[in-house]
Amino acid sequence: MSAARTLLAIDKVSKNFGRVTAVDGISLDIRENEFFALLGPSGCGKTTLLRMLAGFETPNHGRILLDGRDIAKTPPNKRPVNLMFQSYALFPHMSVRANVSYGLEMERLPANQIRSRVDAILATTELIPFADRKPEQLSGGQKQRVALARALVKRPRLLLLDEPLGALDKKLRGAMQLELKRLQNEVGITFVIVTHDQEESLVMADRMAVLRDGKLLQCDTPHAVYEHPADRFVADFIGVMNFVPGKAAADGVMAANGARIAGTVPATLSPGAAAVASVRPERIRLFPSPETANRIAGTVEALAYHGLDLQLHVRTALSPKLFLVRVTADAADRRPVSSGDAVELGWDAADVRIFAD
Amino acid sequence: MTLPTPSRSSLLMAPALAWLTALMVVPCALVLALAFFRRGIYGGIEYTFTLENFGLVFDPLYAGIFLNSARIAGTATLIAVVIGYAAAYAIAAAPRQMQPVFLFFAVLPFWSNYLIRTYAWIVLLNREGLITQLLRWFGYTGEPPSMLYTEGAVIAGLVYNYLPFVILACYAPLSRLNPELAEASRDLGASAMTTFRRVILPLTVPGIAAGAVFVFVLSIGNFVTPALLGGGRFQMIGNLVYDQFLTANDWPFGAALAMALIAIMLLVLTAQALAADRAAGRIAEAKGGADG
Repeated sequence: MSAARTLLAIDKVSKNFGRVTAVDGISLDIRENEFFALLGPSGCGKTTLLRMLAGFETPNHGRILLDGRDIAKTPPNKRPVNLMFQSYALFPHMSVRANVSYGLEMERLPANQIRSRVDAILATTELIPFADRKPEQLSGGQKQRVALARALVKRPRLLLLDEPLGALDKKLRGAMQLELKRLQNEVGITFVIVTHDQEESLVMADRMAVLRDGKLLQCDTPHAVYEHPADRFVADFIGVMNFVPGKAAADGVMAANGARIAGTVPATLSPGAAAVASVRPERIRLFPSPETANRIAGTVEALAYHGLDLQLHVRTALSPKLFLVRVTADAADRRPVSSGDAVELGWDAADVRIFAD
Repeated sequence: MTLPTPSRSSLLMAPALAWLTALMVVPCALVLALAFFRRGIYGGIEYTFTLENFGLVFDPLYAGIFLNSARIAGTATLIAVVIGYAAAYAIAAAPRQMQPVFLFFAVLPFWSNYLIRTYAWIVLLNREGLITQLLRWFGYTGEPPSMLYTEGAVIAGLVYNYLPFVILACYAPLSRLNPELAEASRDLGASAMTTFRRVILPLTVPGIAAGAVFVFVLSIGNFVTPALLGGGRFQMIGNLVYDQFLTANDWPFGAALAMALIAIMLLVLTAQALAADRAAGRIAEAKGGADG
C-alpha cells in the first residue's frame, strides 16, 4: 500500500459559506486503489470536502489535483469522479436498469457496449433479478446497491460515498461494510467514504482522516489513529478512552489527587502544563501484578455484559469520572467481580497516551 | 380522533351533496333535457323530441368555432405553461424563506375582480393606451399599433388570468423534488439541459398537466375575455352559447352547444386524471416519501 502512487492531492483547500468556514486549509493525499475514510462529527466539513471532490462546490482557495491535473473548477459532469449520494438519489421514474445505464448513455457509448457493461455490474451487485423494477419497489439494501452500481458502471477514477450505510439497520450495515470492501477489491477503484461512524471507518478504511471544525487533525491508518491519536479530541472521538486530567511532569502526569500516571510525555508539553493522561479500556487489567507501572484501587459501580466482554465502571480517586474497563469473558470467568467489589486496576506506561489539555 | 363510520361520513357529506345536486346536477340535467327539444317559432320552446340541435353542433360553421376556440385555448395554454413553469422553477430555486413571498406575489392578481383585471388590458392595449404611449415616449411616431380586439389580445388576456394556476400547479412538484436527483444526473455526466429534460421535466409533468388542463378548460369556455378583448370579432364557444341564450333566444341549440363543451372538458379532465394516476407512483418517490 505504501508503494501506491498518489491519485488525488488535496492541496491547502479552503471553503467558506459567507462568514462560516466549512473547510479550513486541508491538505491530503489519497492513493491509488485506496479505501479512504473522511471521519468527523457533523459540521466538521467532511461533506463540504466531499462535495468539492464531486464538483458541486468550488474551493475558495487551494487546488484539487487528480492525476496531477487541477480539477477544482471542473463541473461535476466533466470529471472522472462519481458520488454515491446519502439519499441514494435514484431516478424514481426509471427502472433499475435505466438508472444504471444513464451514466453510460451520457458518455454516448454504443448501445451494445452499454448493455454489456450494465449487465456485468448488475451481476456483480447481485441486482439482475431486480433490473426491471422501479426504485420504489426495492428495499433499502437493494437501493443502496443500485446507487453503487450506477456510480461504479462509469468506472470512475474515484468513487465518493456520502454516509453510504447511514440509512441501513445495524445488522445490514455490518454485511454491507464487508460487501463494499469486497466490491472495492474487485473493481479496483479508489473509494473515499464520508462517515460520522468511527467504527465504520476503523472496519473499512485503509487510511482515514479525522476532521474537526474544518481542520484536519490526523491522517493515518485506522490502527495508528486508534493507538496513537494526534490529540485529545481524536483520542476521545475514536473508540472509548479513559482520561485522567492533571499537570505534565517529567515522566508522566500528576493527577489532582497527587498520584502519578507514568507515561511518555510529548516534547511539546512543558512541565507543569495542563495535561491529560489516557488509556484504552481494553489495556487496563484487573488485579495487576505488583510491578505494573500504573496501579490504582477502585470500587466497581456498575457492570455491563456484552457477550464478548464485560465492561466495568470503576470509581477511583484519579478523576471524578468513572473508569471504563473491558475484561474479556474468559478473564471474568476466572475471577468474577460484582457491583460494589473493591478492585485494583493496572496498566503499563507504554499504553498511556499524554495530551495537552 | 376516531375515524368517521360509514353512516357518520355520509352525514358529513350530505350538505355538500345537497348543494351539488341542487345547483349543479339538476341545472345540468335541465340543460341537457332542453337540448333535445325544438326551438319555438317566436323563441320559446316546443316540447317535441329532436336530435337536430346536436346535428347543428357539427355544422361546419359551428364546428369551426369549436376548433377556433380549441386553438385559442391551446395557444393560451402553451404560453401559460411555458411562462408559468419557468416562474415556478425560479420560485422553487429561491431561498426557502423567500418562496412563500414570491408565491404570494404570483397569485396576487387573483384576488382582484376578473372583469377589472380584463379591463386593465383594454387600458394597456387600446390605440392610445399605455403601450402606445410608451412607444411614443421612445420616439415612435407612426400609426398606433392595433393590439386591442385581436386574437393576440384574447390570448394575452387568457394567459394573464390563468397563469397563477400554472405557477401553483408546477411549483408543488418542483419544490418537492429532491435536489440530489439533479445533482446525481450531473454527477453521472449529464449537462444541465439533459438533466432538465430527462430528470426534472418527467418528474414534474403531473404538475404541468394539472396546470395545463386548468388553463385549457377555463379558456375554451371563457366568454368574458373574448367579448372584451376580442371585441366580439373572435367568437369562441362561450360567446356562441351566450348568444344563443340571450340574443338569438335559441335555448335548445344553446343547450346542445353547452353540452358539447362539457363533453370536451370531461374528456380533457379524464385524460389528465389517467395520466396523473400513472404518474402517482413516481411522484410519491420523488418527494422522498415525506408525504403521500
